[in-house]
Amino acid sequence: MTKLTNLTIADALSGLSKGDFSAVELTQAHLDSMAAKRELNAYITETPELALEEAKASDARRAAGKAGSLDGIPLGIKDLFCTKGVLTTAASHILDGFKPQYESTVSQKLKDAGSVTLGKLNLDEFAMGSANITSYHGNVENPWKSKSEPAKKLVPGGSSGGSAAAVAARIAMGATGTDTGGSIRQPAAFCGITGIKPTYGRCSRWGIVAFASSLDQAGPMARTVKDTALLLNAMAGHDPKDSTSAPVAVPDFAAALTGDIRGLKVGIPKEYRPDGLSDEVNKVWEQGIEWLKAAGATPVEISLPHTKYALPTYYIVAPAEASSNLARYDGVRFGLRVEGKTLDDMYKKTRAAGFGAEVRRRIMIGTYVLSAGYYDAYYTKAQKVRRLIAEDFTKAFKDVDVILTPTAPSAAFGIGDNTDDPVTMWLNDVFTIPTSLAGLPGLSLPAGLNADGLPLGLQLIGRPFDEETVFKVAGVMESAAGFTAVPEGV
Amino acid sequence: MAFIIQGETGDWEVVIGLEVHAQVISNSKLFSGAPTEFGGDPNNQVSFVDAGFPGMLPVINEKCVEQAVRTGLGLKAKVNLKSVFARKNYFYADLPQGYQISQYDLPIIGEGTLLIDLDDGTTRAIGIERLHLEQDAGKSIHDQHPSKSFIDLNRSGVALMEIVSKPDMRSPEEAGAYLTKLRTILRYLGTCDGNMQEGSMRCDANVSVRPVGSTELRTRCEIKNVNSIRFVQQAIEYEARRHIDVYENGGEIKQETRLFDSVKGETRSMRSKEHAHDYRYFPDPDLLPLVISQELVDGIKATLPELPDEKKARFMSEYGLNSYDSGVMVAEKDSAEFFEVVAKGRDGKTAANWVMGDFFATMNSKPEYNWANPPVSAENLGKMIDLIKDGTISTRLAKDVFIFMVESGKDPATIVEEKGLKQVTDTGAIEKAIADVFAANPDKVAEVKAGKDKLMGWFVGQVMKATQGKANPGMLNELIAKKFKE
Amino acid sequence: MSLDKATVRNIAELARIEVRDDELDHLAGELSGILTFVEQLAEVNTDGVDPMSSVADITLPMRQDVITDGGYAEAVLANATDAVREDEGGFFTVPKVVE
Repeated sequence: MTKLTNLTIADALSGLSKGDFSAVELTQAHLDSMAAKRELNAYITETPELALEEAKASDARRAAGKAGSLDGIPLGIKDLFCTKGVLTTAASHILDGFKPQYESTVSQKLKDAGSVTLGKLNLDEFAMGSANITSYHGNVENPWKSKSEPAKKLVPGGSSGGSAAAVAARIAMGATGTDTGGSIRQPAAFCGITGIKPTYGRCSRWGIVAFASSLDQAGPMARTVKDTALLLNAMAGHDPKDSTSAPVAVPDFAAALTGDIRGLKVGIPKEYRPDGLSDEVNKVWEQGIEWLKAAGATPVEISLPHTKYALPTYYIVAPAEASSNLARYDGVRFGLRVEGKTLDDMYKKTRAAGFGAEVRRRIMIGTYVLSAGYYDAYYTKAQKVRRLIAEDFTKAFKDVDVILTPTAPSAAFGIGDNTDDPVTMWLNDVFTIPTSLAGLPGLSLPAGLNADGLPLGLQLIGRPFDEETVFKVAGVMESAAGFTAVPEGV
Repeated sequence: MAFIIQGETGDWEVVIGLEVHAQVISNSKLFSGAPTEFGGDPNNQVSFVDAGFPGMLPVINEKCVEQAVRTGLGLKAKVNLKSVFARKNYFYADLPQGYQISQYDLPIIGEGTLLIDLDDGTTRAIGIERLHLEQDAGKSIHDQHPSKSFIDLNRSGVALMEIVSKPDMRSPEEAGAYLTKLRTILRYLGTCDGNMQEGSMRCDANVSVRPVGSTELRTRCEIKNVNSIRFVQQAIEYEARRHIDVYENGGEIKQETRLFDSVKGETRSMRSKEHAHDYRYFPDPDLLPLVISQELVDGIKATLPELPDEKKARFMSEYGLNSYDSGVMVAEKDSAEFFEVVAKGRDGKTAANWVMGDFFATMNSKPEYNWANPPVSAENLGKMIDLIKDGTISTRLAKDVFIFMVESGKDPATIVEEKGLKQVTDTGAIEKAIADVFAANPDKVAEVKAGKDKLMGWFVGQVMKATQGKANPGMLNELIAKKFKE
Repeated sequence: MSLDKATVRNIAELARIEVRDDELDHLAGELSGILTFVEQLAEVNTDGVDPMSSVADITLPMRQDVITDGGYAEAVLANATDAVREDEGGFFTVPKVVE
């Protein structure tokens, strides 16, 4: 019998409904494995009492014939989602002690579907990072180890590093993440799991600690494409409390996994093959193209000419919005307060003590690019280039139905590598950022392992609100890839 | 007649622009569902959105949008069907988000006009630059503790309309007339109650000076949050003189924000605004552009009430009022409506005199009187005027009837009946009363006949007393004069 | 674009984040590096292009003017350090501000 923690969500739902095990047993199994894997530091806050309470209630619902779509499934919630009465930190010192008096729409929807909350997952501070090395609550370790240096601790990717590591290490059956420039997709690739950033507006942002409002999106992370679809079914939906939430119906994403992609056209953007793209990444991309061809799809070379400007565009727009969104962290109403002689003194000391170096850098860049005299040259310019980037995709989608690219330029690297220059760290998101700027749905799934035994992911990008095609193609790729590897010791 | 300040080196004129922040009348706030009611326990009218908690998002209130359009139409201004909300970023204790959601490049309302009424009876058109919607901030209370300021966020997020005039005003009088008229229009429209003492209407005055005849615009200073029309006028006068002093002593005016100290009658620099503010405006990414339909605008236009300028003109033509009286009557929509009920089908001037005289005096005499509870109903006042017209009572008797109406709430006909206040128009009765007074005062009669005309008034008074004030005054005068000629 | 220490100090002031004098040089270096990186956008021809401030292709939804929120002063104050409670409601506190 498969260890309970190794089940997929789909199989667990089946097991629960057949009575093979109870929700309490399933949750307890996860609580035990969480305790055994604390060295990963995936969780900032564990909520075992709450989890068991919810699991009990789930079993009661199931017995009464009232089970919801995810009833009894134990999930981890990225600590960027406000959870009522439960510590929410955004991995920052500045939110010390903050217990929201409200629940985010997305996490509430997951509760309404009957899921169980195991705890709050670690992340880069305020979702700013691609390696989960900026958290006030410590780095997260990738459960995967390289064959050549098995003792070396590797990054899980970021910002949803805790979410990805937990799912990969089987200490959560699924998790929520958020993705602003790649923060679901890139860690999913580094940890050998599946994750999707839905179309902007597909999931509500209400109750999610805001980083960059025009880019942030909540999304599911799980071990299979189907699991990810099941989670998105529950998470998505119009929210009148979020003015940017799209008033569109939520299709059954799991039903989209028909396995049939004959006649579909798959765009292969030439600009995603820059000089210096590593061989291993190139190889897995080529492999992906072959799988899709074999399934009856047609690869089509496309051009997204403004691709190389996506990174600088993002690093103007996102910090600008963040500099404003993070102004509310001032010690007055919640979180850390460092006393000062005057109001301004209190603000300055609180924010200096409360924010980490990456957050401070981005706030300052954001403040600068919005400031008088520079607004047009930086911010307005970036907004214009953003439109060109989005138009590149719109044009391409006239000729293709989905786009296939690598997710990240490399596999997971060591904690401590690449930390000298902030810009170098940012290059991790070079393949994921354009999708965010255009607001399109983007999914990453594991395509294989590199020579060092580390997972490599491939990304599928779809038309706005066409997650169904993305899921469908992903499902086919997943079957073709046959990725069954698990991290050692899991 | 231009307002000129005579300086040491020459004559100066003042250039004034006014920014008014008017709290929008609505049940809930601009971007949250919390209530807007004034007063209330501190922080009990605050949603998590108003308090700037993590993850909170704004959703716009359609009523506030409609009120802004309504006001724009009332100011004969351009309605922008597409407008954009922008964040104005700065730090202050009463601004929980660290930014105010406002409008910058594309406000909901564009250019318009306001006609101001001056003391000499003329009107002048003052340009409106724009009107935009924005959030109000919370309140800081600095006097409850020796080392701490207390913050109440009840007001945080209430909708404000910021109405910006063009720098067209040239005197404190014009500034006062602008604020008076603007307030009247807002109250007519029901978009703001214009209560400056309560802070639902606040004024920032931008003041600069220049030599008479010059067309340059020199550096201006902003005097913030002045909470009465009188103080605005005083502040403008003080500030203009301050500028003139500086220039005439060879100095330069530094652009700055100042406060008006109403106790000292001076303006002074605001400490917290010493750094130049860089608000880093950018379009709010949580809010998409606001797009309203022409249908919505047309629908609102159709429900606009008759506005004060139009009403004033109509009162002058329909009821024969002069400009001044008409202006007084239309200053409040309620008084205008009251007046019309009184004046309908009656002599306008008479109605105006009674409303502006005895009625207003009584209204102002007790705090319990207001438009919902007037001392006398418009119908009753009108009926009383009818009784004067048809001769049942004299104007003099009407004054008594008015008082009895106030005390009892009864209609005038009933009062005249009950109190026996019909005027005496019977010639015979008056002649008899005159004869009695003459008989009782032969020495005075002789004095009048000898040329002491002034005593005639005494006789009139005596006869009036003898008839309990009911003698028809016209007839009485005529008959006494006749008697003296005998 | 190379930022000098004075500019960095000014940005820190606008952002209300205290930066120690000994940190200024390093921070100026980092920020200058970032700005140099993003300045490559100047190469892009954006004539006639409208800035894109939202990818959501909808206009602003409006809500009805009904009171649906507020009335929970205790919850609003629950996370504040140093809040002052009254019989009804209460206040946040900050170091005294002098106008």
